[in-house]
Order: sequence, then C-alpha cells, then structure tokens
Amino acid sequence: MKHPTPKATRHVNQNEGLIFEKSSAGKAAWKLPPLDVPEVDTAKLLGNAERKDLGVMPEVSEIEIIRHFTRLSTWNYAIDLGMYPLGSCTMKYNPRVNEVVARLEGIANGHPYQPEKISQGALRIIKTLSDCLIEITGMDAITLQPAAGAHGELTGLLIARAYHESKGNPRKKVLIPDSAHGTNPATAAMVGYAVENLKSNSRGMVEVSALEAQMNDDVAALMLTNPNTLGVFEQEIHKIAQILHAKGGLLYMDGANMNALVGKVRPGDFGVDVMHLNLHKTFSTPHGGGGPGSGPVAVKRALEPFLPTPVVITKNDGTLGFEYNRPQSVGRVRSFYGNFGMFVRALAYILANGPDGLRQTTEDAVLNANYIRKGLEGVYDLPYSTPSMHEVVFSDKLQSKKGVRTMDIAKRLIDYGFHPYTTAFPLIVPGALMIEPTESEDKAEMDLFVEAMKSIAQEVEEDPQTVLEAPHTTRVSRLDETGAARKPILRWKPQGS
Amino acid sequence: MRYLPKSPADREAMLKAIGARSIDDLFAPIPAEYRLSRDLKVPRQMAESEIVDWFRQRSKENGIEYASFLGAGAYMHYRPVIIDSLISRGEFLTAYTPYQAEISQGTLQAIFEFQTMICELTGMEVANASMYDGSTAAAEAAMMAVRVTGRNSVVVANSLHAEYREVLATYAHHQGMPLASAGYSDSGRIDLKQLEKAIGPDTACVLIQSPNFFGTIEDITAIADIAHKNGSLLVVSIAEAVSLGIVEPPREADIVAMEAQSFGVPVGFGGPYCGVIATKEKFVRQMPGRLAGQTTDRKGKRGFVLTLATREQHIRREKATSNICTNQALVALMVNIFMTVYGKVGLKELAKQNLAKAAYAADQFGKHAKVLFAGAPRFNEFVVQTSEDPYVINSRLLGHKIVGGLPLKKFYPELGNAALWCCTEMTTRSSIDTAVGMLAESEAEEPRGEHAVEEVVR
Amino acid sequence: MSYPADLKYTKEHEWIKVDGSNATIGITDYAQASLGDIVFVDLPKPGSEITAGKTFGTVESVKAVSDLYAPASGTVNEVNGELATVPEKINKEANTTWMVRVTLKNPEELKNLLSAADYEKFVNEEGGH
Repeated sequence: MKHPTPKATRHVNQNEGLIFEKSSAGKAAWKLPPLDVPEVDTAKLLGNAERKDLGVMPEVSEIEIIRHFTRLSTWNYAIDLGMYPLGSCTMKYNPRVNEVVARLEGIANGHPYQPEKISQGALRIIKTLSDCLIEITGMDAITLQPAAGAHGELTGLLIARAYHESKGNPRKKVLIPDSAHGTNPATAAMVGYAVENLKSNSRGMVEVSALEAQMNDDVAALMLTNPNTLGVFEQEIHKIAQILHAKGGLLYMDGANMNALVGKVRPGDFGVDVMHLNLHKTFSTPHGGGGPGSGPVAVKRALEPFLPTPVVITKNDGTLGFEYNRPQSVGRVRSFYGNFGMFVRALAYILANGPDGLRQTTEDAVLNANYIRKGLEGVYDLPYSTPSMHEVVFSDKLQSKKGVRTMDIAKRLIDYGFHPYTTAFPLIVPGALMIEPTESEDKAEMDLFVEAMKSIAQEVEEDPQTVLEAPHTTRVSRLDETGAARKPILRWKPQGS
Repeated sequence: MRYLPKSPADREAMLKAIGARSIDDLFAPIPAEYRLSRDLKVPRQMAESEIVDWFRQRSKENGIEYASFLGAGAYMHYRPVIIDSLISRGEFLTAYTPYQAEISQGTLQAIFEFQTMICELTGMEVANASMYDGSTAAAEAAMMAVRVTGRNSVVVANSLHAEYREVLATYAHHQGMPLASAGYSDSGRIDLKQLEKAIGPDTACVLIQSPNFFGTIEDITAIADIAHKNGSLLVVSIAEAVSLGIVEPPREADIVAMEAQSFGVPVGFGGPYCGVIATKEKFVRQMPGRLAGQTTDRKGKRGFVLTLATREQHIRREKATSNICTNQALVALMVNIFMTVYGKVGLKELAKQNLAKAAYAADQFGKHAKVLFAGAPRFNEFVVQTSEDPYVINSRLLGHKIVGGLPLKKFYPELGNAALWCCTEMTTRSSIDTAVGMLAESEAEEPRGEHAVEEVVR
Repeated sequence: MSYPADLKYTKEHEWIKVDGSNATIGITDYAQASLGDIVFVDLPKPGSEITAGKTFGTVESVKAVSDLYAPASGTVNEVNGELATVPEKINKEANTTWMVRVTLKNPEELKNLLSAADYEKFVNEEGGH
C-alpha cells in the first residue's frame, strides 16, 4: 500500500474448515449424568415414530469445538475491535455488565409461565424499562412484545389500523418518504395497506406541500423516520403532524435514529402518535452478528387499548401482574412477552447512564457525526447542505468520474482497518455513503477514519485499480455473489451425495 | 460517563474544528419549542455495583432453585458452559449483520453450519438463518404456503400452541387469510375426519405441531396424505427441538417451522428465542429470512455470503417475502454450538433421557390421577387430569419449591381440571416423586375449597 | 447498447418482436445492464394470459428484482426453458434471448409502443448511463 495505515496490521490467522469436515465417529463433547429413572424401550414407546438415524450431525470433542468457533470468531470485525460507521445502525459499545445481569439465575432461568408470585422480578424489570422508555419518548403507553424493529413497525401499523377500524374506516394507504428504510414499505404491505411514495425536497426533508396534496381520508398514516435517513431533523415536523391530524391520520415514527434525540427532545412532544424503538440500536443491546433485537412500540393514550396482549398492571395488593382481558387489542405478535433478555440489557444501559449520561451520549453522537462531516467536506460530495444530526450522508459523485463507486470505496476502507459505512442507501442519494460513528468513538479513532477516507480519495485519483479490486488484505477477496445466487449452495453435503 | 471516550478537552477541540460555539449549536435544527430543558425522569446514574445489586434483587424476586415441571413452548434443558464462553467473544457478540462478507466469514460460516444441521435434523433440504421465534416462524410459514400455492386459507390444528395460533391470527387478519380449525381426538392427535372436513380447494396449507401442545406425536404420513391429495402444503411446527433426537422428523412436510430454544437457549422468561424455517429446495425463493450460501472468491477460495437477498426487504421493499430484517443470529449461534456439542450420538441420548423421565413421571401420576391421551406416542410432556383444581395442587407444590404443570383451563377449558407436565433430563426422580406424592394426597382428600395461589385469566 | 430496429419497445424496457398474430418478448440491453448479473427469471406457464401494461413475471439479479411488464395482451404459448439454467444468456444477448412467445389478443395495442429510435431517445434522457 502506498499510504500508511496506522490502524490496520497483518497477523497470522488460523484456517478452519467446516465442523463436518472434522467430525468422526466416536468423538464426543457431551456426557449426561446416569438416569435416575428406569430405562425405556424406545421402539416400544414410539413405534413408527422412532428416529433411526441422525445423518451427518457432527461428532467432535470439546477442544475442537472451542478451537473451531474461536478461529471463526477471529475472522469477524466487531465493535470491540473498532468503529462501525454504519448509518442508522447505531453501532455503539455493548456494555458487559448487561451480559452479567442477564445471566443471573432468576433472570436467565425464569419460565414465562411460572406463577406471578415468583415472577415479580421479571415483571418489575418490564415495568421499569417501560416507564423509562415512555419518559424518554414522551409517549403514554408501550408494548415490549415485538422482537425487532421491523416487528415493531408491523405492530405499530397494526395498532394504527385497529384504531382506524374502531373509528369506522380502516383507510387504504400509508405514505412513506422515498428516503425510508426498506422495512417500512414491506411492513405496510403486510398490514394490507397500499404504499404511496412521498417525495423529499431539495433539503432532504419531507416536501410539506406534497404531503398536503397527498393527504386525504384514505391515508391511515405517514411513516416517518426522524431524524431521517440523511441524518437531518424534520424541521417542519409541527406542520407535518398538523396536516395528518387535521384529516384524522396518524403520525408513525420509525425510531431507528433515536440516538440523535434521547434526552434532548421527545417524539411524543412533537406530534408522534405511535413509534417503535430499536433496543439493539439506541439502547446498546448487542448485534450478535445480526440479532436478537427488540422493537418496543410506544403510543399515545388514544391508541393504548389496541396494544398487544398481555400488558403489565399493578394489582390492588401492590404486586405486578399480566392483564389478558383486552378486548380491543390487536392480539399477539409473538409468543410470551417479547425478547426479555434484551429488556434486561437495555434497562442496565439506562441505569448506567441516568438522565445526565443519556443526554451526554446523544450530544457526543451528534458531535462525532459533525466532526467527521467537517473532516470529509470537500473530499466527498455532500448532496444536502442541511445540518446533520447523528449521521451524515455523502455521495460518490466525485469519485464516480474515475469509475469508482461507493461500494468500491467501502471495500477499500476494510484494508484500512475499518468496517464499511452503509453503501447505496438512502435511495434518494445515488451512490450514497451513510456514516454514523455513534458516541462510542474517541477522537483518535475518528481521526484515523477521516485520514483513511482521505487517503482512499487520493488513491481514486492516482491508482483507482487498487480501490476497484479491494479488499486486498482480508482472508477472502471479493466473493462471487452472482454464482451464489444462481446456483445456491445452502448446506454442506458429504462427498458423493 | 464511563462509556463515553472523550475528555472535555477533546470536545473543545472538536467543536472548534467544526466551527461551533457550543454543543447547543448542533441541536439548533430542533425547533426550540420542543427542546427539553429538564432532565429526563429516569433513575439516577448508577455505579456498576449498584446495577448488579438492583438486578440481583430482581433475580431473587423471580424465584431461584425451584424444580419446575413447566414446558409448553419453553423448555428447561442443561446448557453446556462453552456456549457462553464462545458467544461472549466480542467478535461474535458485537459483530454486525454479515453484509460485508470479507470481514464476516466467522458469522457466515457458522450460519452455514447451522443451516446444514437444521436440515439434517428436520429432514428438509434448505433452512434459513433464524426467525424471531417458533410462533412467528409458524405464521411466516403459513404466509409462505399462501405464496407458493396461490391459495388463501389455512387449516390449523387446535393442538398447535395457543399462543402460536394467536400470533397466526394477528398476521392472518390483514392478509386476507381465512383460518379454519381441526380439533384433536381421544388419542391427543389431530382428528383426521375433522381435518378432511375443514380442508378445501382454497386451503394453502395444513398447519400442525408435532410433538403437539399435549406432547403427543402426530401421524405425519396420514396428515400429509390428506393435505397433498388436496393440493395443499403440510406445515409442521416443532416447539420442543430436543424431540428431533429420537422422534422421526416430518419428512413428508413441505415446510418445517421450528422453535430451537431447547438447543442451548436460556428459558429467560420467554425470549430471545430462535425460530427457524426449513423447507424443500424448490420453495427456497419464497422463503423469508436470511440465507448464507457457499461461494468462491476471486482466487477460488471457499467463502460464504448472504444470498438470495432479493427476497428481502432491503431490495424488494413492498414486494418482499417478509419485512424481517434483524433475526436472532447470536441465539442461533448458541443453538449451533449446542447441536455441535451433543452431535449425532448425544442428541439421541439426550432425547432418550427426556423420554425416560417423562415416561416414569406419567406412569407414577397415572397411579393417582388420569393421564390423558394414552392412545398415541408422546415425547416429554403429558396431560394429567385431576379431581382437584390444578391451581390448588400447584399452590401446595409451590410451598415445597416445586412449580407444577401448566393448568390448561385457559387454553382448553373442555379438559376440565387438567395440567400439562413436562420432564426433561434436568428433572430429578426425587422431585417427580415429591410432586406425585403431593398430588396423590390432594386427590385422596375431600375437596377443601382452598384458594389457589393465583388464577391467571388469559 | 443496441436497439434493433425490427423490435418495438416499452418504457419499462421490454422488447417485442411481432410475426403475424404471434409475438416474442424479451428485455432490452439497457435493462440487463441496469440489473447486472441476472440470476433468476420467473415466468408464467404456457396457457396463461398476459395483459398489456400489467406484470407477467420478474427478473432477478443479485442486487435487484424487476417486474416484467407485458408490451401487449395475449396467451402464452411457449416459455424459454433455457433461462431456468442459464439466465445469464440475457446479459450476453438481450436482444435475441426471448422469454415468452405469445399469440396476440389485440394487435391494435402495438401502436402504443416505442420504435427503436424513440426508445433510444427515451433511455438517453432517463439515465444518461
């Protein structure tokens, strides 16, 4: 490499095949205690239902398993290694105390159906988190049942629909800005609503006149992300809410970008009727390679009767319990009560921060994004000059003149020791580079990032091939995604099968 | 605040570089009327030791060291310790979704192995990289059957977990997906005559659970026959994954919608869990959720990528097969490690122990009360019918630190005083004997009109 | 990019080659270039009806799925079975790789389609690619 890369370095890493390739009969990593009840004749008990063969399930020893997964883990990038500048993902530090408290016996081993008398701990965790999230969002009531953000969107729209049905007209469509995340229109379709696109104006915000023109009695809701996916706060949110409410519509807010708002402003205060949160974004629960998440949905009082069943109530004797008698509820969106383990972690995060920590976190998140914006202005094209909150969106316009696109720059960034930013999203910015550092980045890491991005821009001018063929230093080079999609190989098979 | 890596000097320097006078400048875009001028009313900042204390209290209030006979979709199995050792590695715990394949090969290879093992266990050809849980997996599988067949309605067995049915109803309500039901017979299995009656030309699929909610193993072949003759798909939901170690998987099914929680995921008061959808190769493009596929890089080296992403929300938007984005990756990794630890022989032995414990318990209970559904094989759950109210029996058991079987009045009032009992390899003979003994006492006495610990009205 | 003069075109980037009361349909060179490597094509069965302006299938690349819009109404006679195994033929020779053959229902509809020259103009205005 022509330019020095202080962050990235080489290292002897270990190869590792598939676990099936290490398997052989007779190896074992398990041992069960002796049976304290009589043995059974399986054939007699199960008859035809008895399973004869477990096929190619592996047989390996414990050390092989430890080495297998440890080696695999070393091939991953992670927050614990460095910054993930992924826009709208809020890749912040995942505190370890969260993991410790989630494993306390009464919390980890509680059965969802155990009597309420011995579930007061879990109920109190649910209630305390609920109260905190209600206060943070400025809403009136909440459900923690949805398992992820998209699931929360579904729940939120189901609630909106139930509300409209109760008023005698379910309505037909949902308005979605063209900058929205893909889960938004996919969700609307699942709830039986048609999707109508809402154009953004030249400042990257909702075009209020378009909203006025498109708003009518057929529109159930506007699904808004605020700040939007450009990292820009909808400054006319007041008007937006008014236009919707005047014709009986609801304002749904996708809470993916709450990291710009916590402690500084509350969606409930600026007219939001229903919104979802992402505990795995704003509230530090770990991404774990793609999940689990948790997507609580907060609502205003008028929508409270429609929340999923059950809800937590305080009984006359002061103990907590679940209430199932909810005739207007949209029903259930998941078994049991939601991703309880994530409630524990999110609550631990809130308790670790307190009101001052939460506010400081948001301030640092916005400060960091603006610092990076300043560092890269002029180096990459900035399509919208509107002030950024917690994330900033550039485009590859300048670099595309040399045939280099956002994905190529992202792949080259890997050689510099960083995970790529979000490429090609939002759709309203062709060739987008969406960057959200979060508050967890120190100045040094961000300076390295800015330096890396500047270096790549220079490489685009001087030696575009290096960027086009990146990454060069990873254990695998660019993978054939076309082949993977044409002839999908989705499982291992033994030779000759 | 100790999670924030900036000193006041850093912040000063950064504000200066930006050209802002103070942090307030950066929040100017928020209209003044909405900006908070007070602290949020949340508990004050706590030290780490205080946080641990707070949750330790909650843990105690949640009951520790009870012997539990609860199952019903959440199963208490032993979790090998290396599961947490491995998933706690930062490179797994704090990694993002593997969209950038070159730096996510660890996650992707693990998913590929997961998919392979789920296929082996379920008898299917392809499996996805997890759904939220068994209930949403079942609902999504039904929606998938609708897409595949072009038909609209679903026949659902009453012996499918009640909460799974509730979730299905919520999803179905807005998809124009009428639901019909088929009840269960004296054997505990689905009533085939009712099934034949309920099925029709618009039936996209028959949705059953096996072992079903009562622990009874269904006659998959007979049900598949009826479904396929009608041009409908068979969707089988599996809530107790450990059963796959000793019970023949539903090979005639078209889609398996599974809950893999039993494989190393903490019961944890209901979540996070690990749903999976597995199906035949010909249906793969209609399958929701992430898929890891094998491929090669530029130099011909084997690697893995997320593939067939065009089904997913970030490309197809309103035409996506589902809106799912985040899945249960870390939990699926727990499942992966569990399946690897037990493996080909261990999973069978584990299942056999479960079978033996439940068989012993059912035998013992049977001496003092009626164990229902004896006419068909079962796995590790069974239903006991008593003259005494199960809530009263459970009250007494609770005093001896035993959580009794789940009273079924809320879900199946027609069964009267019945409760669902589950035994796993963790259940001890002594707790079974104690529970049986107390139930026997209860049954022998005259009803005393005692008050139960509680009756949960669902 | 080439747009043969003997074909007619839609604004959704399909072409149609008419032969009496029958016609063959495919997608244009522009379409295949925009999609990238094509991995899968979903086409209707022989005997099904397609309606002018309505979708009749999809074409998938690694990064995108596109609906296929019928240039004219008719009954599907034949479907190109090759595309199930070598969909990449479309990338190589978009103008000659056919997807479906139909018997036209209403040849009047063809008047609404674009000529090669008009289509080329339309494409240049739209993308500047």
